[in-house]
Amino acid sequence: MASTKVVNIPKGGFSFENCQRNNFMAKQGFPAPKAVKTGTTIAGFIFKDGVILGADTRATEGNIVADKNCFKLHYMAPNIYCAGAGTAADLEMTTLQMSSQLELHRLNTGRQVKVATATRLLKQMLFRYQGHIGAALVLGGIDSSGPHVCCIYPHGSTDSLPFVAMGSGSLAAMAFLESGWKPDMELAEAKVLMRNAICGGIFNDLMSGSHVDLCIITREKAEMIRPFEVANVKGERQGSYRYPLGCTATLSTRVIPIEIESTVVRPVAEESMDTA
Amino acid sequence: MACMMSNMSTLDALSPDWLTSEHSTGTSIMAVEFDGGVVIGADSRTSTGAYVANRVTDKLTKITNHIYCCRSGSAADTQAIADIVNYHLEFHEVQLGEAPLVKTAASVFQELCYNYRDQLTAGIICAGWDRRHGGQVFNIPLGGMCVRQPFAIGGSGSTYVFGFVDSNFKQGMNQDECVQFVLKTLALAMSRDGSSGGVVRLGIITEDGIERRTVLGNELPRFYEG
Repeated sequence: MASTKVVNIPKGGFSFENCQRNNFMAKQGFPAPKAVKTGTTIAGFIFKDGVILGADTRATEGNIVADKNCFKLHYMAPNIYCAGAGTAADLEMTTLQMSSQLELHRLNTGRQVKVATATRLLKQMLFRYQGHIGAALVLGGIDSSGPHVCCIYPHGSTDSLPFVAMGSGSLAAMAFLESGWKPDMELAEAKVLMRNAICGGIFNDLMSGSHVDLCIITREKAEMIRPFEVANVKGERQGSYRYPLGCTATLSTRVIPIEIESTVVRPVAEESMDTA
Repeated sequence: MACMMSNMSTLDALSPDWLTSEHSTGTSIMAVEFDGGVVIGADSRTSTGAYVANRVTDKLTKITNHIYCCRSGSAADTQAIADIVNYHLEFHEVQLGEAPLVKTAASVFQELCYNYRDQLTAGIICAGWDRRHGGQVFNIPLGGMCVRQPFAIGGSGSTYVFGFVDSNFKQGMNQDECVQFVLKTLALAMSRDGSSGGVVRLGIITEDGIERRTVLGNELPRFYEG
């Protein structure tokens, strides 16, 4: 019997073949999955010697804690770091892309990158995507014009302020910052304030939790402290629930030996190397 | 029975405003012309839903040394527009060899606001001083119209004070009278509009450039508060 082969020439343009199916499935109660958003507490402020950034370490997927010790402080440049809240994948890709752009900029100009440059680059990219990139950032750094902390929202707006908080736990963190922040704080004071602010988020916001991470940027260096404080130590089990050996009584024992009916030994031939 | 946060709808309610709603400047802004310059003013509140994201915002944004704009609407949109206009006018200034006209700046604003009117939420007042025409105020509201006015008010708070400005505006006020007029109007708007507040930021633009003033919340003129 002769077989026929029809040659399919692919047509150009968009394919909408799954739209009807997806609508049908949504109606049946199977909506398309949503992107993962990490409820977060992040904050940053200026102190005497530079800038301090802080973050919690919980990542959530809906009502599940996806990661109990995730990393929310991202490298941008040797003198600039940023804390991220929002869609985890977007944050990772955005910060990675921006850090490489900033490094290229540094190589091109031969100068230390300015915080304003990083801010500009980020806000223009986020504005271009009209809020579809769910990245909310607290950018902090020190450059030739001094220390800067900057808030960048997913739609591309920015606020430059001496102290900021972001994420779902920002209200709790901001309560501490509003009452505790003052100009020219010492490093020790600043660490305590940041710890309190992030712990405010960890303990009062459901979507934030686990530990406190800090990043301290001064003129000399940037220092990452992870974890700065283990706010939630995993509890030790008080009792042992294992039964001692011999708790179950043996009523009878029967041993059935496996009978070997035949044995075949097949030598494996050495294969020559395929040199074709 | 204890309430369990287990279904998605309760979690959605817990998810923060800034993820879903746009960051916007529910605003009160104003500009008045006087002989020799303009007075511009704005409140300082940036809100996201019910949260005040920034209480000391500067909504008076520099375009050139003698031209400023007052921003209202979406923070992201207006910041982006102001940056683009600033770029165009800096370039224009180099090509022209002198300071650009206020009308030119307003036209660039209008061009962007009109062409992208479906995608933007931006109400801008462009004001400044130039050698040719002195102090000028141009209002560029939501649809992308551009009109010169002796004074302009804008933002959500402006709806509460149209009656006040209409009854209190006088032709030919001097600089100090204009400052008081702006201050009173903004104080009234901020007291009635929930999404305006904080401090009043003022700018007086004359031939000499801009003089910036900040009037703190407790130093604002007070009216009926019962």
